Amino acid sequence: MRRITAWRRRPWAGYAVVLAALAAIGVIYAGFSPQTGRAEAESTAQAAQDLKNGQQLFNKNCASCHGLNAEGTKDAKGKPIAPSLLGVGAASVDFQVSTGRMPAMSPGAQFPRKTPIPAFNTEIKTDYEEPAKRKAAEQQKAQAEKNLADLRAYISSLGGGPGVPPASATDPSKGDVALGGKLFRTNCAQCHNFTGQGGALTGGKYAPPLSKSDVTPTQMYEAMLTGPQAMPVFNDTTLTPQDKQAIISYLVQTREQPNPGGNGLGRIGPVSEGLVGWLVGLGLLVMAAMWITAKKPKKLKKS
Amino acid sequence: MSEATATAGATAPKAVEGSLNFIDDRLGSTTFFKRNMKKVFPDHWSFMLGEIALYSFIILLLTGTFLTLWFKPSMNEVIYNGSYTHLKGVKMSEAYASTLKISFDVRGGLLMRQIHHWAALLFMASILAHMLRVFFTGAYRKPRELNYLIGINMFILGMLEGLFGYSLPDDLLSGTGLRITQGVLEAIPLVGTYGYMFLFGGEFPGQDIVPRLYMLHILLIPGLLLGLVTAHMMIMWVQKHTAMPVKNQTEQQVYGYPFYPVFMAKTGAYFLFTFGVIALLGAFAQINPIWLFGPYDPGAISAGSQPDWYMGVLEGALRIMPNWEVSAWGHTVSFNVLIPALVPLGIVFGGAMAWPFIEQWVTGDKRHHHVNTRPRNAPIRTATGIAAVTFYGLLWLAGANDVLADKFDLSLYATTWFFRVTFFVGPFLAFVITKRICLGLQRKDAGIIGHGVESGVILMSPEGEFSERHEPAREEQKAVLLSKENTRPEPPQRDANGIPAAKGPLGHLRSRLNRAWTFDDVPVEEHEHGGHAEIEGGKQSHEIKH
Repeated sequence: MRRITAWRRRPWAGYAVVLAALAAIGVIYAGFSPQTGRAEAESTAQAAQDLKNGQQLFNKNCASCHGLNAEGTKDAKGKPIAPSLLGVGAASVDFQVSTGRMPAMSPGAQFPRKTPIPAFNTEIKTDYEEPAKRKAAEQQKAQAEKNLADLRAYISSLGGGPGVPPASATDPSKGDVALGGKLFRTNCAQCHNFTGQGGALTGGKYAPPLSKSDVTPTQMYEAMLTGPQAMPVFNDTTLTPQDKQAIISYLVQTREQPNPGGNGLGRIGPVSEGLVGWLVGLGLLVMAAMWITAKKPKKLKKS
Repeated sequence: MSEATATAGATAPKAVEGSLNFIDDRLGSTTFFKRNMKKVFPDHWSFMLGEIALYSFIILLLTGTFLTLWFKPSMNEVIYNGSYTHLKGVKMSEAYASTLKISFDVRGGLLMRQIHHWAALLFMASILAHMLRVFFTGAYRKPRELNYLIGINMFILGMLEGLFGYSLPDDLLSGTGLRITQGVLEAIPLVGTYGYMFLFGGEFPGQDIVPRLYMLHILLIPGLLLGLVTAHMMIMWVQKHTAMPVKNQTEQQVYGYPFYPVFMAKTGAYFLFTFGVIALLGAFAQINPIWLFGPYDPGAISAGSQPDWYMGVLEGALRIMPNWEVSAWGHTVSFNVLIPALVPLGIVFGGAMAWPFIEQWVTGDKRHHHVNTRPRNAPIRTATGIAAVTFYGLLWLAGANDVLADKFDLSLYATTWFFRVTFFVGPFLAFVITKRICLGLQRKDAGIIGHGVESGVILMSPEGEFSERHEPAREEQKAVLLSKENTRPEPPQRDANGIPAAKGPLGHLRSRLNRAWTFDDVPVEEHEHGGHAEIEGGKQSHEIKH
């Protein structure tokens, strides 16, 4: 015991105890943790396979414009045809592919939203009556989701970039609607209109409508984060994740809100109001005037 | 004529005579009422257009009074805590907050707001439609020029009234409009800044603008409008309404129905129709949803920001105007704002006001006119009117160019250039095409009077020749067609002794314009003899050569 007491007072004793404790914990953890080595090896193999699938999808659908290594391509005059995808991140891939903008159909002022190609279409109908049909649809949908995830993983593996936001960050019922309205009017309405009906931009470009239910909260978030096409980037210092969620809440809750005054007339303001005023209002009154003047009194009493 | 006198001579039943006696005992007005109750009103649907304006004005006064009970014309900042959750906790002016209160917390408030706004749109639309009717039928001619001028001024006042009215709620859309108003005021050379400071009482937007616009909107302009409406109606009553050229109608005698009971019943019913249509729109079509626009913030703007339709012309002119600005001696003259604000409406309103007098000067027609002209029988007038409509309509569309570009997938810049070109070309084309159409219709009328109406009966002559039988037009149709006044020959350039008339440059201009007005007129008249008369008789048919 004297020897131990003596060692206890040496300057290195404390370090020795910490080391011993770490070693003991390590040994115990190794004993308890289940098959770590093999599992890791398996998931690495799976990830490599997924990446390979992602790369194959990329080569098949994207590489013709974005280049075999996603480095982007230029035409003979050095004008870019398609941008490099190094560092654009998973959020950008998810936005472009899930809205059907990519793979693009044809070059134009702007790539329109369309139904995604079957390999990436995660919005397909699955509620079939027949079990076989339903199963096939569900399988196809699961495959599409996996394809999209693999493609995202492949592009992120090339150079990082912003990732897909978690569902909790885009939940439209959690944000501050009043704040979102304010932020939307200051930052977004000048292109997308007060209520997100969209609007025209220069040179044939346009801000797409956000008022239809196929624009998902995740897509809104990703658009703000990555600034697709004509849209500027609103990174997390310009609009914090809370701000983004507020804007999403404003958009989704506003588009779901009924119009208390009757038909919303497209919610685009005085242009449609004027049209209705002239065509419906004045039209009905002109018809009434014609009807009234067509009524002739049969006989008038003579004085 | 007997029918006309019979209808004009109808009198009121006993019940009405009794109440008239009551009034007469106190006011001594029997003769006035007796004369006016029988006043004859000509009948045509387009004569009701002005009444829409009158009745929507009444609806505007009533609903407007309701809205003043709750509206607070104040720019004081408040934090909203009403029942519209999407704006809870947002800072806004009291004006905006009280408009939200009217929309969501006052019973029937939203309906009243919507009826008020729809009535305003229809008020302006019907004035414009009424004015077009008056113009194209020549109803503005002597002795009615003054009433015509009063009408145009009411439209201009209505534009101001509307602008001030929709600016009151201090929402983002109307604030944008006020910002443009401020810009236009500032663009006036020399006095612009003073004018802007005078109206806004300081820097834009300031605290004063909404209370000031409120006073103008609910007191001054409605007062002026009410006065002008009264004058308009009284002048119309005294001068009698113009009539369409129909059988029995002459310049000397009005043919139609007496005010009491026929016209009164019709116009009373028409008030109910007007009110019904406006109430239907107010109940089923959402207008000016200020809660969606949000409170005004000078730093925010929305895509598709348009004014109400009657200001759309100004908006369009501003949108297609190139960015011209001149800076000299430390002063800037902003033609890019000044020209769109003044020139297009200056041309339209100035031209409309000057037109009756220009026409009188050119045609030398100083007679009284009580029977309207059919538009085809005054081709220059009709063509000028359509050119003005085209001019106005193109600018109107240009005001919505971003909505057009968005909804019809067009390039925004392409629409701007389209309107820049058609602004100059469109009215000219419209003039030429309309004039041709008018002359074509005159020829058709001349053909009907000359050859009769195609009967659809095909005859075969013994020689085997086919021809269509033409029948004379009905009396009613003839009366309409023959209402055309064929142009009178211009006084000879030289008198009997061969001495040319003394004319200055203006006189020569006048002669040239007069010739342009009349040279291609197609006479519409009945031929008393010749081959056509036989066909008109309908007794036998001959081959008809056109």
